[in-house]
Amino acid sequence: MTYLQDLATLARKDFLLELRARDTVPAMLLFVVATLVVFHFALPESSSNLAAYGLLWVALVFTALLGLVRAFSSERDQGLLDALVLAPCDRSAIWLAKALAMLGFLAVAELVALPAFSIFFSGVDGATIAGVALADIGICAVGTLLAAMAAASRTRELLLPLLFLPLAVPIVVGGVGASVVDDGGRYLVLLAVYDVIFAIICWASFEYVVTE
Amino acid sequence: MIRARGLSKRFGDRRVLERLDLELEGGDFLVVTGANGSGKTTLLRLCAGLVAPTAGELRVDAPRGRIGLLAHEPLLYRELTPLENLDLYGRLYRVPERRERIGMLLERYGLWDVRNERSGSFSRGMLQRLALCRTLLHDPELLLLDEPFNALDAEGVELLARQLEDLRREHTFVVATHDPDRLAPLASARLTLA
Repeated sequence: MTYLQDLATLARKDFLLELRARDTVPAMLLFVVATLVVFHFALPESSSNLAAYGLLWVALVFTALLGLVRAFSSERDQGLLDALVLAPCDRSAIWLAKALAMLGFLAVAELVALPAFSIFFSGVDGATIAGVALADIGICAVGTLLAAMAAASRTRELLLPLLFLPLAVPIVVGGVGASVVDDGGRYLVLLAVYDVIFAIICWASFEYVVTE
Repeated sequence: MIRARGLSKRFGDRRVLERLDLELEGGDFLVVTGANGSGKTTLLRLCAGLVAPTAGELRVDAPRGRIGLLAHEPLLYRELTPLENLDLYGRLYRVPERRERIGMLLERYGLWDVRNERSGSFSRGMLQRLALCRTLLHDPELLLLDEPFNALDAEGVELLARQLEDLRREHTFVVATHDPDRLAPLASARLTLA
């Protein structure tokens, strides 16, 4: 119960910070729409929907990365991670709250991106939406942990993509598979298994990331 | 309360603390002095458990939630108001009668009238006052203060000096400062780092 209260307190803080600063979600929205516009003009008219789906996943992963780079910017710039780490709450709650906030920001970006994709390319089916939802969980779980690791480094903008993109390969494989294959169920299972495994690993290891 | 034996800390090749021995009982008031880079802040961070010693042994008999750290940075979200900042920490530290305590501290440190303004618009002195409110909010057993008088105006200095005097009897202090004379009447021990 206390864990949930801490989680709610921390997540509320992250949403409030974004409401005040508005420096993550607008950037993600602009980026994903601009990327889809560029892809719309870059793809030849004769190209198949399969290529378009691949590009949708590229756009989503890089949009998420844009948000993740800023995930710990307040804490990093003002040394606030120390204050959160000192608080008597379970440190994994810091990670989970931040991951939930990132999930919210990404969902907002996708609420615009998926209809935009439908306008520029083709409609999205249920399997694609399910794939996006499952992929979001994995992206935010892994990405938030890596963002916390990278936050301590001077080269964080370079380090985070280098750490995150290799780990996002199974998400892209699962997401694209769920979108383009007729029976995409096994790809959704792949995404769900990835989410469970990496969420547990990140939850258990966050404490060691934020303490020396 | 704090016991260190052969405590050392290095950052890469740079030796910050070397074989420090320290023993502090509950209720002690340790004033730590030393030149820039002598390891005062590192000692406070070690006591807070934010960094691990490279060698030696350090035991702090205060749980994480009973330590109050006033660092160089105010450790406050600039996008949030004083009320929101203190409410966040009050919830995380499970402060009983949180709202009353927050109100009392904001009143005492002259921040009540700006309680709903964003902390980012505050002067360095106001941020220091708010950081003191944050540090004292959960009534910590062990207070680790890094240059507590920094950026405070004369009124703020007076206020803090009185507060330290009041807290002196029931709390343990480790205070890093470049101005030890101001704290001399309160100090029970002094450590000079080279």
